[in-house]
Amino acid sequence: MSDAAPQPAAPKISIEGLSKHFPTKAGRLTAIDNISLAIPEGQFFTIVGPSGCGKTTLLRILAGLETFSAGRLKIAPPVSERPENSMVFQGESIFPWMTVWDNAAYGLKLRHVSAARIKEVVGHFLERTGLTKFADAYPHQLSGGMKQRVSIARAFANDPDIFLMDEPFSALDEQNKTLLQQELLRIWEETRKTVVFITHSVDEAVSLSDRIMVMSAQPGRVKAMIDVPFERPRDVLALRARPEYGQLVFSIWEQLRDEVQRARQLDEQKVHA
Amino acid sequence: MAQPRVAEEVSKQVLSASNRDRLIMVASPIALLLLWELVSRVGLMDARFFPAPSRIAETFAKLSSSGELWTNLWVSLKRLFWGFLLGAVPAVMLGVAMGMFRLLRVVIDPLISALYPIPKSALVPLFLLIFGLGEASKIALVATGVFFPVIINSMAGVRGIATIYLDVGHNFRASRWQLFWTIALPGAMPMILAGVRLGVGIGLVLIAIAEMIGAKSGLGYMIWNAWEILFVEKMYVGLIVIAMLGFGSTLLLKELERFAIPWQAHR
Repeated sequence: MSDAAPQPAAPKISIEGLSKHFPTKAGRLTAIDNISLAIPEGQFFTIVGPSGCGKTTLLRILAGLETFSAGRLKIAPPVSERPENSMVFQGESIFPWMTVWDNAAYGLKLRHVSAARIKEVVGHFLERTGLTKFADAYPHQLSGGMKQRVSIARAFANDPDIFLMDEPFSALDEQNKTLLQQELLRIWEETRKTVVFITHSVDEAVSLSDRIMVMSAQPGRVKAMIDVPFERPRDVLALRARPEYGQLVFSIWEQLRDEVQRARQLDEQKVHA
Repeated sequence: MAQPRVAEEVSKQVLSASNRDRLIMVASPIALLLLWELVSRVGLMDARFFPAPSRIAETFAKLSSSGELWTNLWVSLKRLFWGFLLGAVPAVMLGVAMGMFRLLRVVIDPLISALYPIPKSALVPLFLLIFGLGEASKIALVATGVFFPVIINSMAGVRGIATIYLDVGHNFRASRWQLFWTIALPGAMPMILAGVRLGVGIGLVLIAIAEMIGAKSGLGYMIWNAWEILFVEKMYVGLIVIAMLGFGSTLLLKELERFAIPWQAHR
């Protein structure tokens, strides 16, 4: 599973020298600076970094929701008709005007997939996310954790080549977060498609991923790449009890600590300016 | 110490607060009508201007059995319906599209800002000139009155949709047409319906005015004609029916809301 394997297949996502600048009143702001990376097909790839390091911007570029200023981005085209990527957004992104079922079926309906197929696929993922009973409910009737489940079901039901997840669990309480992480792994392990996951939680990154990229504070650069050696399928809770887990979390934290501090200083400068 | 006191208060309360409110809400207009009847009969109030409710009811029955009332009501309803449809439907389509597309907004918004402040009632002569004395002038006036609040609210409704929903639409590769139907229109629906409610109110005002000036039928005409022949009871009948029309349309809109935005928490 390491990059050094003989005859590596062409990566699913490859980025070379990618940069993104924003014009601001104070001049040009560099959000992402010269990032290069390759993500092989089927990898659970996580980006950790302090807030404001440009990780969300990077994900939005991958999603096609934002443009970049320099560099190259190559995403291997999907083999079949399936869409290239689907994003699970941070915060509330499921449509309040659609039922749980219609939210989960959104992507398939846009593509005019047959009703029978929609019924099968959506039914499956609602079942996997424990939402079957709530298929006809509207989002305002659901808790925060259930809404994020709908968001995950919506992305999985769309059957894309790549999943992009932008801190999907950051708004949840600790118990719900652990529960949903475990559920996400269970659903993902059925198909093992490529995932790019963003988080500011080192615990979450280590629990879920195959490989972790640590980003530096503004401008966002690659600070470190870390392989996560734990086996699949994984039990998040059991994993956390292991000493190697603690060691890995600690070593990533050490990489991250300076960056978090630097991000804090940058914030304080902004307040004083 | 506090417990027995609370128990005593509860036992004194015969009706729940909401039932009591409901009773008062029904009783107060009835009391007013009775007072009016009394004062009018005794002669404390000039019966030429304020005829007793019983006399108005008598006239109502007469106009109703002769069919005059229903003919006029039906004519007004038809004008309202067509005016409403011709005003609201294009306003929703255009308003939502303006909310979605900046260019369209830049082109049309100043036109709306310029035309909106004109009192629509001041347009009656112009509309009579353009559309003639027939149905078209009344329908056009109602349509114009409904158009503005609906288009303004539709645009504002789309602009108020959280950008994350549009991001989802783009990420799921929705076409513009699909964005319109799955995100912009439903997302703006609460605001659109608020605009429709305003539009209906304005429509009722305008139909009354239009029928008083350039018509030979309709509730507005009936009221105006009652003034011309000094048949005050008939005038009141017209006023009451228009009021009921307004009340009925409010009920209808509530139903429409339940149907069009089932996803909102009921307040």
